[in-house]
Amino acid sequence: MTRPVPRRAADPGPAHRPPANADTAAAAAAAAFRTEWGQIVATLIRMTGDWDLAEDCAQDAFTAALRTWPRDGVPDRPGAWLTTTARNRAVDRLRRDAARAARLRRAALTAVTPDDPPGPDAPGGGAGEDGFGDDRLRLMFTCCHPALALDARVALTLRTLAGLTTAEIARAFLVSEPAMSKRLTRAKHKIRAAGIPYRVPPPHLLPNRLGAVLAVLYLLFNEGYTPGGGPERRGLSAEAIRLARVLAALMPAEPEPRGLLALMLLHDARAATRVDATGTLVTLEHQDRARWDAAEIDEGTRILDAALHDARAAGRRAGPYLVQAAIAACHATAPDAASTDWPQIAALYDVLARLAPTPVVALNRAVAVGMAHGPRAGLALVEALERDGALDGYPLLPATRADLLRRLGRRAEAARAYRAALDLTGGDAERRYLARRLAETTAPDTAEPDPAGAG
Amino acid sequence: MRYVLMICSDETAGTDPEEAATTGCGGWSQEMTERGVVYGGAGLAPAATATTVKVRDGEVLLTDGPFAETKDQIGGFSLIECAGLDEAVEIAARHPWARLGQIEIRPVHEP
Repeated sequence: MTRPVPRRAADPGPAHRPPANADTAAAAAAAAFRTEWGQIVATLIRMTGDWDLAEDCAQDAFTAALRTWPRDGVPDRPGAWLTTTARNRAVDRLRRDAARAARLRRAALTAVTPDDPPGPDAPGGGAGEDGFGDDRLRLMFTCCHPALALDARVALTLRTLAGLTTAEIARAFLVSEPAMSKRLTRAKHKIRAAGIPYRVPPPHLLPNRLGAVLAVLYLLFNEGYTPGGGPERRGLSAEAIRLARVLAALMPAEPEPRGLLALMLLHDARAATRVDATGTLVTLEHQDRARWDAAEIDEGTRILDAALHDARAAGRRAGPYLVQAAIAACHATAPDAASTDWPQIAALYDVLARLAPTPVVALNRAVAVGMAHGPRAGLALVEALERDGALDGYPLLPATRADLLRRLGRRAEAARAYRAALDLTGGDAERRYLARRLAETTAPDTAEPDPAGAG
Repeated sequence: MRYVLMICSDETAGTDPEEAATTGCGGWSQEMTERGVVYGGAGLAPAATATTVKVRDGEVLLTDGPFAETKDQIGGFSLIECAGLDEAVEIAARHPWARLGQIEIRPVHEP
């Protein structure tokens, strides 16, 4: 950006540190991208009502950061700098394009509904940190509107809130990039054309809208939790946790947001131990438990226990996220792998499979049963899933099969399954893990005494 | 925003529009007119009475029956104006035919 960026009145002190080297500035921009992208897009959508413009201007702001930060230094508040830059860019473009501006004014008008809370939260005003004032939360509920197809909700959230590229989202969903691009375009068009309001739904609609939001947040968390993504990617997990906290605070009567928050914290506590120094995936049983984040485990179990208590007191059945959090708590609180309460975990998976009868849950249940009742019992469940065909192309299906076969000493079959898993796996850490296992099962005369655990 | 609610039902399941004409809309029309969101609409005679017309190479071609031979047929429509899709959904969901058949909400194209 060639013209200077006006500083907002709220900005404190000098705007920039001394000029940084290019690498430092680029790293700062990348980090800011992960933490600030969603907030900037959400704010610009509230201002302009135009999703494409919001994305374009957010992108422009990051491009400007990459150009100017190496020269001028990284600003003290990168988020404020980026928001101001993006906002100025949007104003410029709206001034240049009067026809578009007229259309946007109309869009902005329909975006305001009587159910929106009044006050400083109104369009054009500042947004507070409380639930209803959080633009990202508003964006999330809009992205997750049930009038959009589920795959579109997820894709839109990952694009607009998490800042994943269309190509990254396409890879995550095993579709081509043009197909994903079309899906995103169609979803944004429908939001505008069908008049889907840009807001957190009013209380009587909240429970219905919650399930989709929770599912999307958990996907977002997993995007960051996947090993080998680097620190920027890890920010996605932090973002998902932050949004889950806001959701949980917004809906204190609902146990499931707290269930999801507890689940995320209990997983996140182990994040640093999931990959070793060589970048290879470390499965749960081999992780260094001393390095698990005790504070996160403590907080996660406290939130879980309180939510379970409240659900019982309200006569409500625990939902799928609470059950998954209970499973994660079994792992997180076991002092060592050998003392893991696998029968309890298998029993919890039975409950989960009834609440959420999906093939992925069935696969995880097979892993738990394999640990609680032996690899043969687990393998029977895996083979039933293979016949079902719903997980065709899912790398963890052959990977699970391979681990069970390895534990049964059926090395040639295990090697075949590891190869099949490798063919389907994109992540480096997982690939290294599978390659090592494959080498073990094909090496002559290798005893492999240890049982497999799920990462 | 303005929307057209297309009220669809399976005529073969005994939930045909003629029945709608006799049972009415359970007070929905009156309630929504009083609320000031309904701007027009009508119940339609059964799809068996439909004639579909198209012009090809200057020739007017007629077909007996509706343009889509599907189980659910449009049995009526209503033009509404409200704040956005959430309110349109709420209005449509209160229509008694949402329980008998289904209602398609289509935004009116505003150039």
